[in-house]
Amino acid sequence: MLTAGLDIGAGMTKAVLMEDARAVTAETAVRSGANLGTAGAAAMDALLAAAGLRREDVAYLATTGYGRYQYPSRDIQITEVTCSGYGARFLFPGTRCVIDIGAQSSRAMHLDERGRVRKFKMNDRCAAGAGRFLERVSRGLEIEVTEIGRLSLEATDPTVISSICAVIAESEVINHVTEGRRVEDILAGAHLSIADRVVALARQVGVEDEVTLTGGLAADAGMVRALETRLGRKVNVSPDAVYAGAYGAALLGHRRLLKRQAA
Amino acid sequence: MDVGSTATKAVLLDMDGGVSATAISATGANVIAAAGRVFSEACKGAGVEDHEVSYVIGTGYGRYKVPFGHAQVTEISCHAKGAASVFPGTKTIVDIGGQDTKAIKVGPGGEVVDFCMNDKCAAGTGRFLEAAAAVLDLKLSEIGDVSLRSTNPLKITNVCTVFVESEIISHLARGEKVEDILRGVHNAIAGRSVALLRRVGIDAEVTFTGGVSRNLGMVRALEDRLALKVNVSEMSQYVGALGAAMFALERVKHGAPLPTAVRAVADAHGGH
Repeated sequence: MLTAGLDIGAGMTKAVLMEDARAVTAETAVRSGANLGTAGAAAMDALLAAAGLRREDVAYLATTGYGRYQYPSRDIQITEVTCSGYGARFLFPGTRCVIDIGAQSSRAMHLDERGRVRKFKMNDRCAAGAGRFLERVSRGLEIEVTEIGRLSLEATDPTVISSICAVIAESEVINHVTEGRRVEDILAGAHLSIADRVVALARQVGVEDEVTLTGGLAADAGMVRALETRLGRKVNVSPDAVYAGAYGAALLGHRRLLKRQAA
Repeated sequence: MDVGSTATKAVLLDMDGGVSATAISATGANVIAAAGRVFSEACKGAGVEDHEVSYVIGTGYGRYKVPFGHAQVTEISCHAKGAASVFPGTKTIVDIGGQDTKAIKVGPGGEVVDFCMNDKCAAGTGRFLEAAAAVLDLKLSEIGDVSLRSTNPLKITNVCTVFVESEIISHLARGEKVEDILRGVHNAIAGRSVALLRRVGIDAEVTFTGGVSRNLGMVRALEDRLALKVNVSEMSQYVGALGAAMFALERVKHGAPLPTAVRAVADAHGGH
């Protein structure tokens, strides 16, 4: 039985197709842009095209993320907190603490031994501690977002970024460059700044092994290192971390479908 | 010298306290160079040599980056003093600059009674307007006038400047009018500024200072929210520098020491 998970985020829209809650048949990701409904449709079209399927072949479609209400042809919408939790357990079954860093929000969840979210904290009011912070800093430094992780790992003396606000930090880093600080050190400083804010969220819910990082920033090696530095422990990172929310949605969709069939 | 996060301003006073010259320029990344450049421009405007200026006080975000400054005074004190000079009835000041917003309660002699500021977050500051202008592909100088054409202001729900950029794009995608979006943006800043003002207490007259006071849409949004007239003048952006120059003049008149060696530093940083 095929179920789909569609995670319409502020930065990227991700879609996955799962068979019987196990194997992943296909994954796609597109930029969300201004119209989240359009992004959801584009991601689903690409997903179905990649798998050679039609919408009616998918038994159940669950949406999640910031734009989860913007895709009308869904069977259910589920909060991203629940979905990232289940998605993280799918990637790393020993997960007890999930840190999710997306474009516009960051979250920390504490899971019980069965993977249910027991406690969570999130910041979605302010770009500090989220991907947009890094985007602003890289804009101030005039470097590509894709270069950030690699450069950050080459830092030798991370610069302290004193501004919390992403917009003010953009000006601050220009001053750091003028004062002769290295781009690598400034980027590592930006990663540590985000890590500080996210770890503060994680401490509120309780940090316990295993810790799994999900969301778009999990693909950034500099972010992973900064997080491990501030947490003082290893963090699970999968190449599929960005799809965690979509996996969670597809898995929870499968569960709903089974319940419906049993009823 | 008022070295702000966005613009650097200079006011030169004669010994009677009359304004001899003003100058302004974007601060840019090299703060020290901006201070030297604006100072020299003001001197040129007044027809004096740099070294003829007896006493220089730095204020603002970059006040310690004025190498030829004899002293520094916080922008809170300078705004209070300057605003009370331009509008003697001033009891409350709202100062909206490039990167911070301040509410200041002023005593009868232009002294600071209380103040409150936001310099941690770009929401409610000039940066917020800059972001809106950039997303809408308009000049910062024209958005105030455009906002005044609005008939149906939108409510901006995000606080974070970064998120508001996305919110504006979504409004545009839905076909909302640019003037209605902009009026919503101005109203949002006015709302945050008034919340700050309430913490120090709002007593008429209210004087609006800082770079954003040049924006007529912002003046109107503030007046609507306060239900009060707000003082603005062509000197509004120079109020901090004016206050600093007034403090400098007092020190000269009270015989403050006048080191001369610092002049060489000013010349080294672009003062010709």
